Amino acid sequence: MYDAVIAPFVEFGFMRRALVGCLALSLGATPIGVFLTLRRMSLTGDAMAHAILPGAALGYLVAGLSLGAMTLGGVIAGVTVAMLSGLVARTTVAREDSSLAAFYLISLAVGVVIVSTRGSNVDLLHILFGTVLALNDAAIYLVAGIATVTLFGLAVLYRPLVMECFDPGFLRSVSSLSPVGHYSFLVLAVLNLVGGFHALGTLMAVGIMILPAAAARFWTRDLTPLVVIGVLAAFVGGYVGLLLSYHASLPSGPAIILTAGAFYLFSLSFGPDGVIMTHLRPRRHLEA
Amino acid sequence: MDSTILRFDNLTLGYDRHPAVHHLDYAIRAGALVAVVGPNGAGKSTLLKGTIGSLAPLGGKISLTGIDPSEIAYLPQQAEIDWSFPISVFDVVAMGLWRQRGASRRFGREGDRMVGEALDTVGLGGFERRPIGTLSGGQMQRALFARLLLQDARLILLDEPFTAIDSATVRDLKGLIRRWHRERRTVVAVLHDLDQVRSEFPETLLLAREQIAAGPTEDVLSPDNLDHARRLTEAFDDGAALCVR
Repeated sequence: MYDAVIAPFVEFGFMRRALVGCLALSLGATPIGVFLTLRRMSLTGDAMAHAILPGAALGYLVAGLSLGAMTLGGVIAGVTVAMLSGLVARTTVAREDSSLAAFYLISLAVGVVIVSTRGSNVDLLHILFGTVLALNDAAIYLVAGIATVTLFGLAVLYRPLVMECFDPGFLRSVSSLSPVGHYSFLVLAVLNLVGGFHALGTLMAVGIMILPAAAARFWTRDLTPLVVIGVLAAFVGGYVGLLLSYHASLPSGPAIILTAGAFYLFSLSFGPDGVIMTHLRPRRHLEA
Repeated sequence: MDSTILRFDNLTLGYDRHPAVHHLDYAIRAGALVAVVGPNGAGKSTLLKGTIGSLAPLGGKISLTGIDPSEIAYLPQQAEIDWSFPISVFDVVAMGLWRQRGASRRFGREGDRMVGEALDTVGLGGFERRPIGTLSGGQMQRALFARLLLQDARLILLDEPFTAIDSATVRDLKGLIRRWHRERRTVVAVLHDLDQVRSEFPETLLLAREQIAAGPTEDVLSPDNLDHARRLTEAFDDGAALCVR
């Protein structure tokens, strides 16, 4: 038992680093994911993850596999696409989802072109699928720093965010913070996607955000436990996924996301608000 | 004593440059109890959205006298709220304390007590921990009225407060509106049921994209005026949505 579940992390430094990276990602990205799912913006997260690619690729082009350059490029590209699509939706007849889709598709294509003209397929795979087993100190500090900023940011934004989700008209009637809250939240989402992209790659980063959050929704109807369950599920998903990839020689990023995905399917089926409990249990009304 | 608290001057509001309310001139006195009535699509809700500032006027202006925009309490239509959001009744009502607590100030025992009192007042005592998704339509509306109570506002805007609500709840909520009126608060409510308007609201603004009539309810809700409003709405089509004055 010890050999199977603990020894890999004791024996290998890269496994420990990967685990720390997963913990930091779970703490920062999953609460963001909870709010994304509650605001029906899960696919927005996906689109922004793709939008990060050309920025990261440009950083790579300028400075090689440099953490700083790729991070900066990713953040700039992600925030630009998020702001542009918001702006287009507010000033033209286009809806936010269609303008976001347009911008991220353009962004993604530009990114793939940049990487393939100047790098090799290995580099492209690295950016798309990440390297959780090769996180260096700087990358861990970055991911942990983003998690810290996110938690503080969410603490400050918490009340306006909840109000914006539940009753946007009310927030606008009592406060002018609504746009500030909205855009700060988008910036936090982009930051976490960039953090996730170093570990899991642009394609998988959104998975650690959305899957645990979506799964947690089947277990509780209150926001606080929702966040706690989501974070726990994300971390356990990272832990089990790393073990899977170690023992079965699977690529680690997809193994982590698949574990989270398995938890989602389990929750969808067996959670108190899942399919089986809602539709198959005998329907007795509550009695006092 | 009867000073104006809210005034519309040649106000035009709309979406995508299409006016929904045309050239409205109307003044509401402090302490007034005003019903806004009119056919579907007459611009009633739009007028409230303009007043809380979530919609900028296309022309003219809305002026508040002696009151800050943050002192307006607004009840949105139930359809604009995400009732599946995982939040408790307590947290919904607690939003009413935004003006005192804001985004970061401590909520505290005092806050707990005020929320509890507001819930007792609307008949939802003991519902604090219930997820809002489990409430009936009437109970949801009671919770939103508890939030209005905590806002302690001098100008209260209600968008269809009684639509699809059970009669016991309507009775209780009308009682709250009467109490607000006695407390000299200004209440403006969008309503559909003309009998309710006649029995509860001394003053009425009849809208059909433009002002048809305004003043004492009995005069405004004359058969002629109502007929006029109905005919105007029937004439609406895409072309008619453009300002013709």
